[in-house]
Amino acid sequence: MSSSPAHAQAAPLSFNSLPLQVTTLVKRFGQVTAVDGISLEQRVGECLGLLGPNGAGKSTLIRAIAGRVIPDSGQVAVFGAPAGSPAARAALGWVPQELAIYPRLSATENLRSFGRYYGLSGKPLEKAVDWCLHWAALEDRAGELARNLSGGMRRRLNMAAGLIHQPRLVLMDEPTVGVDPQSRNRIFEMIEALRASGTTIIYTTHYMEEAERLCDRIAIVDHGRIIALDTKEALVHASFGSRSQVFARFDGAPAALVAWVAQRSGRLVDATAEFTIEHPAEIAVLLDSASAAGLQLVDLSLRRPNLESVFLNLTGRELRD
Amino acid sequence: MLIFPIVRTALVALRRDRPSLALSFILPIAFFYIFAVIIGGRHDSQSKISVILVDQDRSQASIQLSQALQREEALTVTTHPSSKPKQAHPPDYTAATAEDAVKAGDAPVALIIPRGWGVNPIAFNSAAGQSGPALQLLNDQSDTIAPQMVAGLLQKTAMTAMPLTMAEQGMKYAAQYIGGFTPAQRALMDSNMARLRQLEAQQASAASSNSTNPSAAGSSAAAGGLIAVQLRPVMGKNTHDMISFYAAAIGVMFLLFTASGSSGALLDEAESGTIDRVLSSRITMTSLLAGKLVFNTLLAFTQLTVMFLWAWSVFHLDFFSHIPGFVVMGLCTALAVAAFGLLLASLCHTRAQLGALSTLIILVMSSIGGSMFPRFLMPPAMQKAGLFTINAWAIDGFTKVFWRDLPVSALWPQVGVLLAAAIVLFLVARRIARRWEYA
Repeated sequence: MSSSPAHAQAAPLSFNSLPLQVTTLVKRFGQVTAVDGISLEQRVGECLGLLGPNGAGKSTLIRAIAGRVIPDSGQVAVFGAPAGSPAARAALGWVPQELAIYPRLSATENLRSFGRYYGLSGKPLEKAVDWCLHWAALEDRAGELARNLSGGMRRRLNMAAGLIHQPRLVLMDEPTVGVDPQSRNRIFEMIEALRASGTTIIYTTHYMEEAERLCDRIAIVDHGRIIALDTKEALVHASFGSRSQVFARFDGAPAALVAWVAQRSGRLVDATAEFTIEHPAEIAVLLDSASAAGLQLVDLSLRRPNLESVFLNLTGRELRD
Repeated sequence: MLIFPIVRTALVALRRDRPSLALSFILPIAFFYIFAVIIGGRHDSQSKISVILVDQDRSQASIQLSQALQREEALTVTTHPSSKPKQAHPPDYTAATAEDAVKAGDAPVALIIPRGWGVNPIAFNSAAGQSGPALQLLNDQSDTIAPQMVAGLLQKTAMTAMPLTMAEQGMKYAAQYIGGFTPAQRALMDSNMARLRQLEAQQASAASSNSTNPSAAGSSAAAGGLIAVQLRPVMGKNTHDMISFYAAAIGVMFLLFTASGSSGALLDEAESGTIDRVLSSRITMTSLLAGKLVFNTLLAFTQLTVMFLWAWSVFHLDFFSHIPGFVVMGLCTALAVAAFGLLLASLCHTRAQLGALSTLIILVMSSIGGSMFPRFLMPPAMQKAGLFTINAWAIDGFTKVFWRDLPVSALWPQVGVLLAAAIVLFLVARRIARRWEYA
């Protein structure tokens, strides 16, 4: 945010500290453990993705960082300040999953309101509002009531409201939920612009394409735990090495298909056989054995494993189960 | 026709919609009970009318009348103000202090027995100028029923306790001291006694047929019975000024609805996650609720101002002479109402719950608090229950300002109660709102 207005006044923060340090965080809701001992650190300017299915504990973790959830144990520090403290709140911008804006206020009025809640006023406030409207590409709809904006525009306004005070750490909780592909691309461009300005971002999603495109490092979250945390390439390499995935569909007796996939140590997902291979030459061997088992090839594809594959490999479940 | 599936679906939906279900059954029963107690049953105790009695005469007849009135079950007769810490035995009312007390709303009626009344208490020959001074009944016109009731009871009391006895006693003493009557005098006396008996018979007949004479309302001679009664309104007001009572009564009820509806924005904001976002900024829950309280107070005060300005423009209410009192009462009422709305909103989880709960509580509060039915007509227990409502204190305060022309300093009980209520309601709402604060 090099072109952004002055940062909102905040209580003393240690900018030598990491933007975010989470230490063995635990949060339970009754019998359910939503966050189960998560620890993580984030570097300045990094975009960290939290990837996991619905109910994995991503939003609870985000809310704990925003100071809106009191953990049962563990600590969260934002630039060294405890989560929820005035200093942490001033340094942190939160884009909630819900459309947390005032529907009867215009885009500008919404931004002004949230700016005032952070103590902005006068010219700095107007400058911040202008910056947000430009960033969210809402300049030509600035006077429109929020409830009259399209779904994608409301999402962008929801994001802009979280950045009105120019925070150093931004939490984005599934900001693309329910938006069409075109609006999603627009949101990606906004986040990429933010990244380019050096803002530190935490981005939760259950879409692996988003995590792959936007995030420097990705934490795979499941059942309240981080089961893997690294760059995309490192995660794939840790799970698959240099192997690739083969997807094949066959005609033939279903029982024969099941038996053949099991014999070749593969996996059958929605009538598609999945295998991992080290060399492309192994494909010919696979097809020969399928033919010998009475199966006739219909379709075949070869691809490098992605985060979806990593999640499946680590949990045995699809990311969107 | 496929009617049954529609009925079945509606029944299932109603069963799941607890607020509507509660409204459908609890509200009618609550109202039925309240109005049955006010108008019909009154099974707890009979509503009594407070009467201030000033006996300037101190004659045997006046003492007899006073004692008879004090025995009257429908009346609460007081001869002196209630004792205070500084004044354990306050002096008896005089005509002037009684009038002031009626003006201040301490009692709706004051009965003055003027000096000399006991010499000739019977009014049956008043046309010939032979009767003494008439009883003075000072009344507050805001209560149109009390003076009529008291005037009627006076006649009843006189009939049952005094008239024949007094007349016969008078004749006996007259005969004793003047040495007897001439035949002409005796004939005249017998004729008058017969007339008295006839009048008594007529009154008894009228009482037994339970007939009333509504045309007597507001007339200066409240009762043309045995005892001459002069009815004198003390407020120096016209009925237009009573519009302030209705403006306050109806106003407060709708203020309560507006405040609860406006506070419902909290529920919308909680549902949309806006509260979470706001609380992640520099705003705390206390500032958030205080902000809502200030907004709702200003909204309610503006509503009241518009209502009273309307009353001024259409019903000629003397608004501009009462600005200080209006501002004090308006702000206190608005603040209490706003805090009440916040409490209701914080108690509920959804708009539907808030709608049901606020309708139930506000209508019940308004009915026992005097917004629908004047409290002075209610049984004593109901009048006391009304003191637990914002409506009653607000209406009393506005009545003091616009009807009784009392100074702002006289509003301290209403101001104190409304402010205390506002503080307590706000603190309770703040406590309950902790559920929005953190998970």
